[in-house]
Amino acid sequence: MENKVYTAKDFSSDQEVRWCPGCGDYSILKQVQSVMPEINVPKEDIVFISGIGCSSRFPYYMETFGMHSIHGRATAIASGLKAARPDLSVWIITGDGDSLSIGGNHLIHLLRRNFDTNVLLFNNQIYGLTKGQYSPTSEKGKKTKSTPMGSIDHPFNPLALCMGADATFIARTMDRDPKHMREMLMRSNSHKGTSLLEIYQNCNVFNDGAFFSMTDKATKMNQTLFLEHEQPLVFGENKDKGIRLDGFKPIIVSLEDCSIDDLWVHDEKDRVKAGLLTRFFDADFPRPFGVFYSEDRPTYEDALVQQIDNAIEQKGQGNLDDLLKGSNTWTID
Amino acid sequence: MTQETVEKVVIFFAGDSGDGIQLTGSQFTNTAALYGNDLSTFPDFPAEIRAPQGTLAGVSGFQISFGSTEIFTPGDECDVLVVMNVAALKANLKRLKKGGAIILNTDGFDKRNLRLAGFADDENPLTDNSLADYRVSEMNVTKLTRECLVDVTLGVKEKDRCKNMFVLGFVYWMYNRSLEHTIDFLKQKFKNKPDVLEANTRVLKAGYNFANTCEISSSRFEVKPAKMASGTYRNIMGNQATAMGLIAASQQSGLDLFYGSYPITPASDILHELAKHKNFGVRSFQAEDEIAAISASIGASFGGALGVTATSGPGVALKGEAIGLAFMLELPLVIVNVQRGGPSTGLPTKTEQADLLQAMYGRNGEAPVPIISASTPSDCFEATLEACRIAIEHMTPVFFLSDGYIANGAEPWLFPQSKDLQSIKVPMTKKENTDYLPYKRDDKLVREWAIPGMSGFEHRVGGLEKENLTGNVSYDSSNHELMVKTRAEKVERIADFIPNQKLDAGSEKAKVLVLAWGSTYGAIKTAVKELLAEGYSVAHAHLRYINPFPKNLESLIRAYDKVLIPEINNGQLIKLIRDKYVIDAIPMNKIQGIPFEAREIKNRIIELHDGE
Ligand SMILES: Cc1ncc(C[n+]2csc(CCOP(=O)(O)OP(=O)(O)O)c2C)c(N)n1
Ligand code: SF4
Repeated sequence: MENKVYTAKDFSSDQEVRWCPGCGDYSILKQVQSVMPEINVPKEDIVFISGIGCSSRFPYYMETFGMHSIHGRATAIASGLKAARPDLSVWIITGDGDSLSIGGNHLIHLLRRNFDTNVLLFNNQIYGLTKGQYSPTSEKGKKTKSTPMGSIDHPFNPLALCMGADATFIARTMDRDPKHMREMLMRSNSHKGTSLLEIYQNCNVFNDGAFFSMTDKATKMNQTLFLEHEQPLVFGENKDKGIRLDGFKPIIVSLEDCSIDDLWVHDEKDRVKAGLLTRFFDADFPRPFGVFYSEDRPTYEDALVQQIDNAIEQKGQGNLDDLLKGSNTWTID
Repeated sequence: MTQETVEKVVIFFAGDSGDGIQLTGSQFTNTAALYGNDLSTFPDFPAEIRAPQGTLAGVSGFQISFGSTEIFTPGDECDVLVVMNVAALKANLKRLKKGGAIILNTDGFDKRNLRLAGFADDENPLTDNSLADYRVSEMNVTKLTRECLVDVTLGVKEKDRCKNMFVLGFVYWMYNRSLEHTIDFLKQKFKNKPDVLEANTRVLKAGYNFANTCEISSSRFEVKPAKMASGTYRNIMGNQATAMGLIAASQQSGLDLFYGSYPITPASDILHELAKHKNFGVRSFQAEDEIAAISASIGASFGGALGVTATSGPGVALKGEAIGLAFMLELPLVIVNVQRGGPSTGLPTKTEQADLLQAMYGRNGEAPVPIISASTPSDCFEATLEACRIAIEHMTPVFFLSDGYIANGAEPWLFPQSKDLQSIKVPMTKKENTDYLPYKRDDKLVREWAIPGMSGFEHRVGGLEKENLTGNVSYDSSNHELMVKTRAEKVERIADFIPNQKLDAGSEKAKVLVLAWGSTYGAIKTAVKELLAEGYSVAHAHLRYINPFPKNLESLIRAYDKVLIPEINNGQLIKLIRDKYVIDAIPMNKIQGIPFEAREIKNRIIELHDGE
């Protein structure tokens, strides 16, 4: 087959995009379309599977194979697709309600099985499509139509949850940093196994500004921490702050008082430290972005194919007549 | 001692759930089959895996009917009742016919067992003459088993586990059967445990010799091979046949089989069976729940495999939304429901036919799904193959209904050869098709299939309403009406591609027609056969295709004065028949978690026939 050279436009379907003007989903769509030509996979081998929610309309806008399925089940559908067709590049599009509420169960099982798929979790901390109820990632006290007195639910910490499910790749990015998002999409794609990329996405209609402290120029540098493999954890407006580990206790230090050599050096392969990073989840610490953790572990579909190959090697290619006959027969003339 | 030749025998093995009753029964079954008997079996499991030993709740049973004549059911009454303890006797004595034989383990009748089975201190069926109507053979199986193993280095518990072999050996002697098949089986099973193999074999032989020398049983019986159609047979259970039907469908269509399932009684054995056959390329997947199981199967179908999911009623309840999705996607998918007693968790180990209306209507919106039903254990093979054929050739989810009774029951099977199986045509679009539209249809109203990997055929499907032809999302009101009607019509048109309904017995001019579906087949067949021999004017039609019904069904049933519809539920097929044909059929329902007995059906037909 000739290796076609694609452009982002080749991945844009003829369907009109119908998100609210200003929705963060547009930026994600644009980055995904622009990354697709670079992953070196023929267009016909790419599949987008989504659940339900605003974000889950995504596959309609991609000129690839796709399925807009049912609420919360995209992960399960993609599992079956990947098991049947390990050759495909499978992308799962889901929202915080879709994957962490109704689909919570399937998400953790996808991760532990480690199907080689890419999950793009659009987190807007709200239910968009159903018009503004709080979601499992909404902060406590959140006032919405379904919580006029404020939400009393404890919010999910999605990446900590995914670490708990033994995910082999977790990362975080945001809709308003296209460059970083691109980089994270490429990293997700190159990871063999389930890669979970949480994308902070602004729902400007029902939850406008949820992440502005992390995306606005004025506050961004103090509120965010960009992770880079083998680099010290430095942040702040003038790169003047860092994270040091006191045993297993992270502490924020000023680089005026502390040498850069004493800082925590990020290691994507370190499960324990990745776990600590996922716990940077309250106002006291900057929110990490980048690849938290990346591990090589055999994928489910490879193990499945291996079992099939082994079975064929041991018993020979299945013969239907032998199967039908079984081991004990008798004949009547 | 006498030697009698008998035509047909019904034996019921019963004991505590830890006594190995199911194994004993299935060994006896396989041996009977190898002797050329026709047979039918019915395992009766307790709901609790380990109910307290010795209690009524813990009784496990296995019924087998075998003979030199044709056999369609495991039998109404038993000739022989084998009981390992008093609870097993108490629970099952009602099955035994007057004058029948009881083989009992006296060790299971001690004070403790009597109390556990709910007898008062001074009560004991062994001594109170209550078994006077039966021929009782008593033996202390535990003691005899232990004695036979004195010099074997196994723990007492392990030795006692061989008790069932003693009884089996005893019964083999009674029916003139050789031990060979079971010894082969033990060799296989205990390949790596030579001492356990030795113990079991020894006890099996001991039981046989004990019967031979002790003259405890007064007669020995001969059951000649049945006069069955010539050919080579094997023994088959329903769930096994279902698994084979799925594998056959995969081969006949050239599609890989993906099987997504979540364990549930009585469907789990299909998963166990398929998992054994990975060398057929079977991708069996134990999902985290029923929703994931069907979703994964839909994903696999989207990728071009034959997606199948199996469960029982409660699992189907969970799958409802995804069935609707598969219906909208118009992809092949087979949903197997091995029905059991409901509602809710209901009677998990007992059989029922109560999910027909769930299959027919259990979804949101207008989502008709074809329904295929199997009537006997071996019929599960052809019926699943047919369910897969319809799913693939008509691009639709299809329900396949079986139930606990046929799933676990066994019968001899004149198994087919692969070359005689029908092929399945996959409506895959042609690579050179330049104007592919995902929802363009042929004259069956079936859309063409394009799968990932086919360059130029990229398209999106989903659960939102489809625009006719393009499949794009459409909320247009008249398009919605068109699509709802088109999808319904597509399912209706399947009637053009299935055979006309035939009579199983009797004539088109009879007075009473018995119309039924599923596992009631054997009991009805037996009843109708006997009645025809006695000169009654009766006929029997058994449905494999329930949605859509065969095209001639209406004219067929209109020809009869009376149409009787027996079902193991509160009346479900009858609702469909009355609704569709406005015919006042007569219901006959049994809702006890157990199958009909032939005589019940027979009596009801006679009442109708002779005019009630
Ligand atoms: C079974 C089912 N329950 C409920 C819904 C209604 N529903 C649609 S989207 C949604 C929440 C989606 O939230 P999220 O994943 O955060 O997506 P967003 O719209 O914010 O992108 C709900 C509850 C549904 N479609 N199906
Ligand atoms: S409701 Fe929110 S998430 Fe949905 S499209 Fe509008 S802005 Fe985007």
